[in-house]
Amino acid sequence: MGRKLLLEKAHVEGIRHFDVYRREGGYRSVEKALKMTPDAIVEEVKKSGLRGRGGAGFPTGMKWSFLAKPEGTPRYLVCNADESEPGTFKDRYLMEFIPHLLIEGMIVSSFALGSNTSYIYIRGEYDWIADILEAAIAEAKQNGWLGKNIQGSGFDCELYVQRGAGAYICGEETALLESLEGKRGNPRIKPPFPAVKGLWGCPTVVNNVETLAAVVPIINEGAEQYASIGIGRSTGTKLISACGNINKPGIYEIDMTISVEEFIFSDEYCGGIPNGKKLKACIPGGSSVPILPANLLLTTAKGEKRLMNYESLSDGGFATGSMMGSGGFIVLDEDQCIVKHTYTLARFYRHESCGQCSPCREGTGWMEKILLNIENGKGKMSDIDLLWDIQRKIEGNTICPLGDAAAWPVAAAIRHFRDEFEWHVNNPEKCLTENFGLRHYADPIHVPVEKN
Amino acid sequence: MIQFKESSLARVNEIIARYPQGKQKSALLPVLHMAQVEFGGWLDVPVMDYVASLLQIDPIEVYEVASFYSMYNLKPVGKFVFEVCQTGPCMLNGSDDIVAYIKQKLNIGVGETTSDGLFTLKTVECLGACGYAPMMQFGKTYREHLTKEKVDSIIEECRAKAN
Amino acid sequence: MADETKTIKVTIDNITLDVAPGTTILNAAREIGGDVTPPAMCYYSKLEGSGGKCRTCLVEVAAGSTADPRPMPKLVASCRTTVMDGMVVKNITSEKVKDARNGVVEFLLLNHPLDCPICDQAGECHLQDLGYEHGKEGTRYQFARRTFKKEDLGPYIQLHMTRCILCYRCTYVADQITNKRVHGVVDRGDHAAISTYISKAIENDFSGNMIDVCPVGALTDKTFRFKNRVWFTKPVDAHRTCDTPGCCGKATLWLRGDEVFRVTARKDPWGEVQSFDGKPGWICNTCRFETKQTSSWTIEGLTTISRHSVVGANKYKTLEKPNETVQKVMHGVSPKLLMDIHSVSDVNKPSIHLSEIDRAANSNDFKK
Repeated sequence: MGRKLLLEKAHVEGIRHFDVYRREGGYRSVEKALKMTPDAIVEEVKKSGLRGRGGAGFPTGMKWSFLAKPEGTPRYLVCNADESEPGTFKDRYLMEFIPHLLIEGMIVSSFALGSNTSYIYIRGEYDWIADILEAAIAEAKQNGWLGKNIQGSGFDCELYVQRGAGAYICGEETALLESLEGKRGNPRIKPPFPAVKGLWGCPTVVNNVETLAAVVPIINEGAEQYASIGIGRSTGTKLISACGNINKPGIYEIDMTISVEEFIFSDEYCGGIPNGKKLKACIPGGSSVPILPANLLLTTAKGEKRLMNYESLSDGGFATGSMMGSGGFIVLDEDQCIVKHTYTLARFYRHESCGQCSPCREGTGWMEKILLNIENGKGKMSDIDLLWDIQRKIEGNTICPLGDAAAWPVAAAIRHFRDEFEWHVNNPEKCLTENFGLRHYADPIHVPVEKN
Repeated sequence: MIQFKESSLARVNEIIARYPQGKQKSALLPVLHMAQVEFGGWLDVPVMDYVASLLQIDPIEVYEVASFYSMYNLKPVGKFVFEVCQTGPCMLNGSDDIVAYIKQKLNIGVGETTSDGLFTLKTVECLGACGYAPMMQFGKTYREHLTKEKVDSIIEECRAKAN
Repeated sequence: MADETKTIKVTIDNITLDVAPGTTILNAAREIGGDVTPPAMCYYSKLEGSGGKCRTCLVEVAAGSTADPRPMPKLVASCRTTVMDGMVVKNITSEKVKDARNGVVEFLLLNHPLDCPICDQAGECHLQDLGYEHGKEGTRYQFARRTFKKEDLGPYIQLHMTRCILCYRCTYVADQITNKRVHGVVDRGDHAAISTYISKAIENDFSGNMIDVCPVGALTDKTFRFKNRVWFTKPVDAHRTCDTPGCCGKATLWLRGDEVFRVTARKDPWGEVQSFDGKPGWICNTCRFETKQTSSWTIEGLTTISRHSVVGANKYKTLEKPNETVQKVMHGVSPKLLMDIHSVSDVNKPSIHLSEIDRAANSNDFKK
């Protein structure tokens, strides 16, 4: 098993509370950081190779270095805890079990960025977790790690939790800022980027929970140590939330060198597919990244073993690859219907579209309706091509990435599972009671026999 | 007259103080959450107008926001609201069956409230508990790994609380 | 450093021009005019914050600037993208743009009721123009169109939510021109709607300007409703001394005979309210809805109407042809003719000016 940097202490009894967390070595990174210069911290994060864990994978240090620093204007750090990408539930785990890790990461990051007031924007449904965070913040403040003159360093920092109220779109950073300003979560038109004009028009950095938590080990152990874990440009560890048809759904902290096969089938991680069933397909990085059939998931088109990291998962582009995304790992077994699954995702994106720009507002609902028709045996062959054309006209033409996120799952489903769609059209009655099954997507490799 | 209780008003002021001067509109989402809890589980127009006056913004700004976010109820709901997730990963683990079971058990459709005003059933999109599917939001927390038996016991629990 | 006269070069569809720094691609293209100007359904130069939403003005940036000549990876909204020195933009010369725009038009018309025959906006509707110029015949949509609950906005403004394309312009008018906004966009996604939420009448001296900025027939003038077709009326420019603060008093009267059917603000070639002395010429509700006698106005003369507009049909003897840009940028290819009536009909030959005939035209006139 690889090293754990974030969840190592997550199950220490009472780690949710300050005393235990501190006793286990918590807040050391703040002590260390406050003796460094802010620029040195940014440099350290750059050197670590840390990439945004929210889904886009943008280098965090680089994002930080873009932050504008005009005289006399406050700067803000906002933590994006609006975790809502289907298949993703890793941030929740981190905040629920080891909230002080996020707070510690945010203090260091706030100091690096010069933010004296930082916010955690958490999805509204995580109501009880907001309470946990607020309690932890109060403890940290009581012990002099937040508030005025932190640990005598002269650095002031307040940290607040704000709950959303049910809108996936608020995970998009500019929509999140709009929401934090008490408005509808309509994404802003960029440029200007938040680094120049963000919260209340001030320079702002928005980072994912896991990203900010990862700053703690980077400062504690040094960027080089952090960068030595993993492979290529996938440094450090990554939280993967695994779900769907697997024996052991849950959160796994992996170093990004293990193979997808090992991740799914080894007992250390997902523990294989329940009931001796076969693997059909998988969405490896949250619902918006392309779904892959088993054969392309386990090996790349070049025939190499696919690994759980940014580069390997995207090997082959969208033609034969997918993306690391947010680490929401959704596994589908042989009895699952790709059309139905794609339909539920299309419904999700229609429901979550803010309605601001026309391709997404109109296109997502259109795709949903067509998919429902096909699923119910009412589809036409031409509908499949129509779906393809609609997704193509949404992708890249919208204000924010929700358009792409809605288009990609549909595109990938048709790209890899077109014959299943056609089977639905050709068998309008059979498709209501039977499943297309595995067909040629059968995993080409040996499947370990399930242990009792 | 609609008015927050003293402790809530204090909390509202505490929240407003988190933002820079003049940015009290930022408190809108948290205050609407509080209003929904305090004034009957949903946001009636007078309640929203009251929130608008508290935050010194136009009522339409509150309506726009309240109607955007799915957690705000703009119509009355039952005392207990079951919000069952039905997105991809939950669907893979049988959320459809759970929804069907609740419908049959409570004899209501999705979006409806039982005649005794106790239960409302809603279907929602991904709540970020995919590994613990099927699941639903129930009040402040989640109920996960749902089975028919678990649904039964939750319903019993509610009935006991209501009496 | 801050040299105010400094201009930067931008090339749009092979035409290079100098513009002031900070100009958007769309406004630069408007300086050229003609077909290279992207259509804009939501952008409104007089309304701060507008634009970026409808996606009809998407263009391809083939080179970002002289300093960084890389192309932009995605099509960009020309209304919200400022030009850089040396930027190369492709609009009608880009297949990608034409394809995307085609898609956007389809999306905008997807749930549109296409009730033009009973819509007061017909004849001056930007969505009609857009569909005509960039759309396809027929729809691939096989589902029932979206409907909304009817809402009454009071005595002056008629709301038809089914026709709305959610450009948000009217909300900007309410925010920026009136003193209190009572309507907005409620709900979200494909059910987002313009509404007051509580069915409240919009009462404000300047609310009528929402009608002028609406690109479609979602907000129309209740006092003009079903009274006439815009192309049967004769628009004339007129002014009066109005004592409402903020009202420019300059309007267009839409006449039949001496009867004023409708009063609107004066529009520029892009369908926006004209500016006077650098300020947008908004008019107040008194001028618009309550001053419908020609005697209350000083008439200046016929309004200039775009030669493409149906409103100008048979009203003018001679036409001043604007600078045609298509051939220039398309390497000599003629502009696309939507329908060349003369190839199939003897009626209305270009050589015959109906307006020169001092009686009703008859078939003999066409046989000449």
